[in-house]
Amino acid sequence: MNKKQKKMLTRIIIAFALIVVLSLLPIDGYLEFALYMIPYLVIGYDILKKAFKGIRNKQVFDENFLMAVATIGAILLRDYKEGTAVMLFYQIGELFQSYAVGKSRRNISELMDIRPDYANIEKDGKLEKVDPDEVEIGSVIVVQPGEKVPIDGVILEGTTTLNTSALTGESLPRNAKPGDEIISGCINMTGVLKIRTTREFGESTVSKILELVENSSSRKSRSENFISRFARYYTPAVCYGALALAVLPPLVSMGILHAAPQWGQWIYRALTFLVISCPCALVISIPLSFFAGIGGASNAGVLVKGSNYLETLAQTKYVVFDKTGTLTKGVFEVVGVHHNKMEEQKILEYAALAESFSTHPISRSLKNAYGKEIDQNRVSDVEEISGNGVMAKVDGVSVAVGNARLMERIYVKPIECHSAGTVIHVAIDGVYEGHILISDVPKPTSREAIAKLKKNGIKETVMLTGDIDRVAQQVASELGVDRVYSELLPADKVTKVEELLAKKSEKEKLAFVGDGINDAPVLSRADIGIAMGALGSDAAIEAADVVLMDDDPMKIVKAIRIARKCMRIVYENIYFAIGIKVICLILGAVGIANMWVAIFADVGVMVLAVLNAIRTLFVKKL
Amino acid sequence: MKKSYKIEVDCANCANKMEEAAKNTAGVKDATVNFMMLKMNVEFEEGQDPKSVMKEVLKNCKKVEDDCEIYL
Repeated sequence: MNKKQKKMLTRIIIAFALIVVLSLLPIDGYLEFALYMIPYLVIGYDILKKAFKGIRNKQVFDENFLMAVATIGAILLRDYKEGTAVMLFYQIGELFQSYAVGKSRRNISELMDIRPDYANIEKDGKLEKVDPDEVEIGSVIVVQPGEKVPIDGVILEGTTTLNTSALTGESLPRNAKPGDEIISGCINMTGVLKIRTTREFGESTVSKILELVENSSSRKSRSENFISRFARYYTPAVCYGALALAVLPPLVSMGILHAAPQWGQWIYRALTFLVISCPCALVISIPLSFFAGIGGASNAGVLVKGSNYLETLAQTKYVVFDKTGTLTKGVFEVVGVHHNKMEEQKILEYAALAESFSTHPISRSLKNAYGKEIDQNRVSDVEEISGNGVMAKVDGVSVAVGNARLMERIYVKPIECHSAGTVIHVAIDGVYEGHILISDVPKPTSREAIAKLKKNGIKETVMLTGDIDRVAQQVASELGVDRVYSELLPADKVTKVEELLAKKSEKEKLAFVGDGINDAPVLSRADIGIAMGALGSDAAIEAADVVLMDDDPMKIVKAIRIARKCMRIVYENIYFAIGIKVICLILGAVGIANMWVAIFADVGVMVLAVLNAIRTLFVKKL
Repeated sequence: MKKSYKIEVDCANCANKMEEAAKNTAGVKDATVNFMMLKMNVEFEEGQDPKSVMKEVLKNCKKVEDDCEIYL
């Protein structure tokens, strides 16, 4: 609690004690009035002051005015105790609200506590702590175990394991060694690192993320706009309603029915109206829900750029994926060796050795598949035939590794492959020994992610790719994607997404998921653009509405579930708060609800709505 | 030009009112108040001096909500 809140708490305790004492004393008349004025003023002087200032500034209908009129009215009706109690409970509600908001503000900032406070720079053999803002590009910084990496860079010295959970929500530690790029915000767990910075602090990942999350609740959702519009009309409407309730029924009963006007009773009901009319519960709980939702999501490695995107994400019914790098790993791996008589490992060994001098991605895939250290001394007479492959002598045996054209060159008949991917034929000593199939492999969680999306009410999943049709179809059926469009140029992807957008109804939203590499136009064209694996990729962070910090497709499911939960709570709060208020207004008008019920409708609803809103923070299990 | 200011305000409705007041100040193109972060982002119109405009913004905000502060 801050100073202001502590002061308020003291006032509440004093006023409460006084009211209890006074209600036990046998007093009446002016003495009772005079004595009750003490707790009333103790608890409500600032409200009265604000109400007065509001009237002077021509801002009549604020909650201070409402509370002032309601309580003064009750006191004039000689309901001293009720008048004072209403003020007391109103202040308790305000205190709770300010405490809860402050608390969740702190909670959420703790969740996002990735801001490094300092960077270590070595000077004359000693470490010196400096403001990360002052570190220039190309400086060498030292990060000790347990410290956060303050600035993006490349590791010069030291190996360690990194905890990236604050950034990605992923609890598995990552290994890092010299030469690796390292991003700010990771926590160095085991070894001392020397890092050469490649960016300024302001341009580093951690600053980008913080800026993004901090600005996110400035982009307001439709629900938030609805509530602020609603509040603007609701309060004056209830005030006029209260005035009508105080004046019309007595006039009617006097003028037409010739009965007693019962002014007291109707004014009391009108005052009840005023107490109910405060829109606080709504106005506070909706932005709080969104803020907590965005905070919780960012803690799980899902950065949402605004409340409006959270809203759209919750309405997503179509998910369009880019293939390479999104559903698949985007790196080529050996997936099989076919038509071989020789041992698989032996063929891979020959192929990897023959290709060992090449820098082509295929040679890297072969080396990875072979998996052992390569001794280049075993290789001689390497001849690289551009566009065909490599011929070389391995352990003195002539080996040809390449495509069908290379086989024709050396008069060997290759066997065609029926699977999709890149086919590498291998001939040893002029004899065909089979082929190695290399293709892009799906990420291990892609299939599960698509199944989960379906389960969560996504109507259709679509895959777009520039790859050839046969490969695309095979990946799609393997993963369970509903529809595929293949052999697309980047511009075609935009057209396809536009076609899909035109076909669906306005309420169903379309999300596009890409890895941020040359699909920025599509990301911005879709209702909602999701970039994944975006650590360190500025273009993706720039173009997307939702950024997944790592490249796990399951995060898409998580993002949608977080958005749905947040929106469910937002709607719960809207219906609950408006519903209770309307019911209490009706009950108040017919005289069933007294001022105590009105206090519940105001303060109680607000407390419940705030507590409900805070639930959005808990997204770990989604 | 856009600038961001730290603010102090107690209730969410008051924050909405401040936003409205800031938007209606001469020289301000657009303004958003972020109650959760206690921040006000103001976009100024071309050729306006942020300092003098913000003085007006503060004055207008004080009018609608006495108990608020903008740290200029």
